[in-house]
Amino acid sequence: MRLVYMDYSATTPVKEEVLQEMLPYFTEKFGNASSIYSTGRQAKHDMDAARKRIADHLHCVPEELYFTSGGSEADNWAIKGIAKARKSKGNHIITSKIEHHAVLHVCETLEKEGFDVTYLDVDEKGLVDPKAVEAAITDQTILITIMYINNEIGTIEPIVEIGEIAKKHQIIFHTDAVQALGNLRIDLSELPVDLMTFSAHKVYGPKGVGALYVRKGIRIPNLIEGGAQERRRRAGTENVAGIVGFAKAVEIAYDQFDEHVERLVSLREKLIEGLIAAIPDTRVSGDRDQRHPGNVHVCFKYIEGESILLSLDMVGIAGSSGSACTSGSLDPSHVLMAIGLGHDIAHGSLRLTIGDFTTEDDIDYILEQLPPIIDRLRRMSPLYEEAKGAK
Amino acid sequence: MYTEIVMDHFTNPRNVGEIENADGMGEVGNVKCGDIMRIYLRINADEIIEDIKFKTFGCGSAIAASSIATVIVKGKAVKEALQLTNKQVVDALGGLPAVKVHCSVLAEQALKAAIFDYAKKFGKEYPELEGFDPDADDDHHDLIEEIGEF
Repeated sequence: MRLVYMDYSATTPVKEEVLQEMLPYFTEKFGNASSIYSTGRQAKHDMDAARKRIADHLHCVPEELYFTSGGSEADNWAIKGIAKARKSKGNHIITSKIEHHAVLHVCETLEKEGFDVTYLDVDEKGLVDPKAVEAAITDQTILITIMYINNEIGTIEPIVEIGEIAKKHQIIFHTDAVQALGNLRIDLSELPVDLMTFSAHKVYGPKGVGALYVRKGIRIPNLIEGGAQERRRRAGTENVAGIVGFAKAVEIAYDQFDEHVERLVSLREKLIEGLIAAIPDTRVSGDRDQRHPGNVHVCFKYIEGESILLSLDMVGIAGSSGSACTSGSLDPSHVLMAIGLGHDIAHGSLRLTIGDFTTEDDIDYILEQLPPIIDRLRRMSPLYEEAKGAK
Repeated sequence: MYTEIVMDHFTNPRNVGEIENADGMGEVGNVKCGDIMRIYLRINADEIIEDIKFKTFGCGSAIAASSIATVIVKGKAVKEALQLTNKQVVDALGGLPAVKVHCSVLAEQALKAAIFDYAKKFGKEYPELEGFDPDADDDHHDLIEEIGEF
């Protein structure tokens, strides 16, 4: 059966060139980067070179990048770290209602420890209003954390404006840029951001590696205690193969940046327009312009997301949904609730995310397969019948 | 995640549709929870379920549970159909993931609601329906705790 992977925002395959660069570090170059003998020194050297390769593309200094086990660890470290480091200055944190759980759940934990958290509303496209950020600031505010691109609906947040506001009020600004890396040209010499979270497996690198950017001059306590790795800031034997792969993935992303974005946007628009044309009562979520180049998020009224995913899986198409039945709770995803969707619409959500291996043919295949699936499920739905009757 | 039987009933659901001027019709669930099940019954003078149809808004297991419940009770006496438990539905499907067990409860409740409607219309009384409230809101979600994992 034909397989069409449409979940690049969940994870990406490791690119062949990335894999080839990683492989020696599992075997002949297996040394521990903390060891004194040549194999260890080699590992340390290549790891530091990888740090520099990434820093050069992001326009920061290598010492501002700390490797972690991934995006979740970097988010945890950044938020818990700033909260702890600046506790004496205040106990207020500002975030949004549509953050990733790696941010939201950390904030909820901090609330239990006595911090106050403002969860900002977003508009119907998922945009945070910078004015609302400024209005939420109190003399107790120590941290603002707003994501760069929402992972579900693909909305790009106005982090430059938000960062400027943070700067003006001398508040630390963290942004989770996991979905942005490789899709927006991140330039840390220009962005008013103090801490930024990255993950390798969203940019055709391996799982289990990420990084936290910490602007020079900002100190945060350690999250992982132990050995002296990462200049004593993050313990644990370094994942050298993963780090080298991460660097290669970032290099490829920046080398092919323009054509990557152009290709994705063109496929994205073809899919969105095709779905709107072929399927009545289709609602596109998020902002049509300020959008992740590969994100297609739509809601089909009168049906439920999991049954769409199962049906797509049977014809080889892999997608995701924010419906209750796929989130494991009784409510649709917090993002869809925050943009004001009713339960009837939010339950029928479908996210298809495009990546570098998606082809025109794949989009045609989806546009051929999806409409009959939606039609079949709607004909089974009592809601569809009612709506048709009412028309 | 799902058994072959679940996938079969999701892909080729039996008895989908409506019955015009049905002798009984019941609907349970709500949009908020993401599942609504509606069952239509045609019942003859001997109180046998001659025909049964369903329409469901919900996930794969909700559709499969509706489908198999209609298969189980079609051709059976109303009294017999009232004995249907959600556990029978789960067993007939070869099992359901714990988080999906409420779908089987929904199927049982939808059938009961349809028979309740029939009983009301035709002045029938069934001890099994004593205390049954077809409009009870989302009881099936609370029941999950008691039923536990299969």
